[in-house]
Amino acid sequence: MTRAATTRPRGPVAVHGSRASFARYVADAQARGALVVQPRMGFSDPALMRAGLRATRDAAEAVVGTLTIDSYTRVGDELSAVRALNEDHSLNGYPISSLSPHTSRWVLDGVRDPSFPVQVRHGSARPQRIVAALAALGLDATEGGPVSYCLPYGRTPLADSVRNWQQACEFLASLRATGAEPHLETFGGCMLGQLCPPGLLVALSALEALFFHRAGLRSISLSYAQQTNSEQDVHAIRALRRLAAELLPDTEWHIVLYTYMGLYPRSREGALELLERSAELAVEGGAARLIVKTVAEAHRIPTVAENVEALRVASAAARDAHRTAAADGTHRSPAEAPPVSDNPVYAEARALIDAVLGLDADLGRALLTAFARGYLDVPYCLHPDNAGRTRSYIDDAGRLTWSEIGSMPIGPVARSSGRLTARGLFDALSFVQSRHDNHFLAPTAPTAAPPGRPRPLAGLSGGTPRR
Amino acid sequence: MKPAELATCDRTASLEVIVTGLASDAHTWNLVFIQLLLEGLGHEVVNLGPCVPEEEIVESCAKHQPDLLVISSVNGHGCRDAKPLIGALRARPDLDGLPVVIGGKLGISQDRQEEQARELMAAGFDAVFQDGVDLASFETFVGALPKEVTR
Repeated sequence: MTRAATTRPRGPVAVHGSRASFARYVADAQARGALVVQPRMGFSDPALMRAGLRATRDAAEAVVGTLTIDSYTRVGDELSAVRALNEDHSLNGYPISSLSPHTSRWVLDGVRDPSFPVQVRHGSARPQRIVAALAALGLDATEGGPVSYCLPYGRTPLADSVRNWQQACEFLASLRATGAEPHLETFGGCMLGQLCPPGLLVALSALEALFFHRAGLRSISLSYAQQTNSEQDVHAIRALRRLAAELLPDTEWHIVLYTYMGLYPRSREGALELLERSAELAVEGGAARLIVKTVAEAHRIPTVAENVEALRVASAAARDAHRTAAADGTHRSPAEAPPVSDNPVYAEARALIDAVLGLDADLGRALLTAFARGYLDVPYCLHPDNAGRTRSYIDDAGRLTWSEIGSMPIGPVARSSGRLTARGLFDALSFVQSRHDNHFLAPTAPTAAPPGRPRPLAGLSGGTPRR
Repeated sequence: MKPAELATCDRTASLEVIVTGLASDAHTWNLVFIQLLLEGLGHEVVNLGPCVPEEEIVESCAKHQPDLLVISSVNGHGCRDAKPLIGALRARPDLDGLPVVIGGKLGISQDRQEEQARELMAAGFDAVFQDGVDLASFETFVGALPKEVTR
């Protein structure tokens, strides 16, 4: 295998001449009432990657393809990625910067076109090489952010991540000169996958979108990950839409929802049920795109067939939700969403955003100061640059709520948390999993733990989305 | 639950344990959970967090001189990444006798679990807790460790 020659972002590349764009594809689908569905999928075998893209392309009415990058490449350890490839050892994703561009062009040839955009998903706090590699292939859609791709996923200092993401965003924005409209999705709506209350998720997603906008990008999606309570989740998606309208002038934007990113139901029925709820949530909240989870999520990396099934199920559930809303007369176009005056998620997110923006005219510096002072503080995050003074819990109504706010400027919380135990954490982490498994898994099933005991250690692998 | 820098080194606790992820693994919840579990058993934990490079794990052990090192990995690269790490740990005279265990989802498929566990034990691990092993066996292992390792 030949390593990519590119070591840093080069100038704009000629292949970006097409007027067809990621944002246009999503907007067209939304206008005709179709939810765009997208898998999380990446294989190190180029033939399997190509087969996977081809299969997902035809899985539903409106699909975006995904190249998920392996975790060696994500942390910048391309040497290990190349070594594994040379030893025929499968990786947990597509090593885009270690395979030759010739190979990657073959993977995409005749698969990616204006009716099937392909997005690169990675999770790197040092994204420059990945962004250069995807641009060299004529791709122009990816995801991430200076905070969301740093704090949950390692030890890269936040200041380095902000600088790295500034460079990556400016490079992507420079592709606009070729006639392309590069697209960047925030990952800020998914800090650690679960147990981060929606107000902070929405604030981080909106702040990262503003970071992209200030770097020159004009095609942006704002993410939000399904949490524990659907009413709260609808508030969150609508809050994000209002913030996007307020913060991102002259920009094509949409909301992308992630099907639940925490511990996923182990039963097939429970897994599909949660997926369908997320598709309905996307329709109700006004998200344009949904990134799905499969029935294999709780167990292993899904196969192509399992991804295809998830896309089909989610697309059908969204179509049904659209029909039901239309029949009930409750269907609204995104432009005529209900008022958000009584939206607690918006109020909390707006308070956090205003506090951050008031710290410094430069958003990168403002984010660094905000984390240093604990104005932004992600619960349970172990990163050295996160203050670590906040805690959350799931209340009696199933809402994700603060128990400790540390120094965040969001007003006092009513409940002081007791001592957090492993059991208490495990119950909170598996709240959604249990809710959707309970109908389908007998408590005596062989995979279940004895009552009163936490399940096996490795059951916690679903807590974050990165492999 | 504090980053390693803020943790104290109080030797009055039962055992001082370092909990860590591996270099390419970004998962956090497994590490938070194991920290709370060990603290609930009365032990003191320094949690290095996810994506810790090999040298940093070795240097942290040299600095804190823990009674136990617990490695948790769930991204499927664990078996591959843990072998050079255990080699580096076992090569350090100042860490002689340090109990080192690993657990989680260590490969990307479940077919080779037993073989991988054997390989890891042969490479120098004191115990391997593969996916599907109940917590009780981990707790039993920890409970059987001497309270103070003399080196």
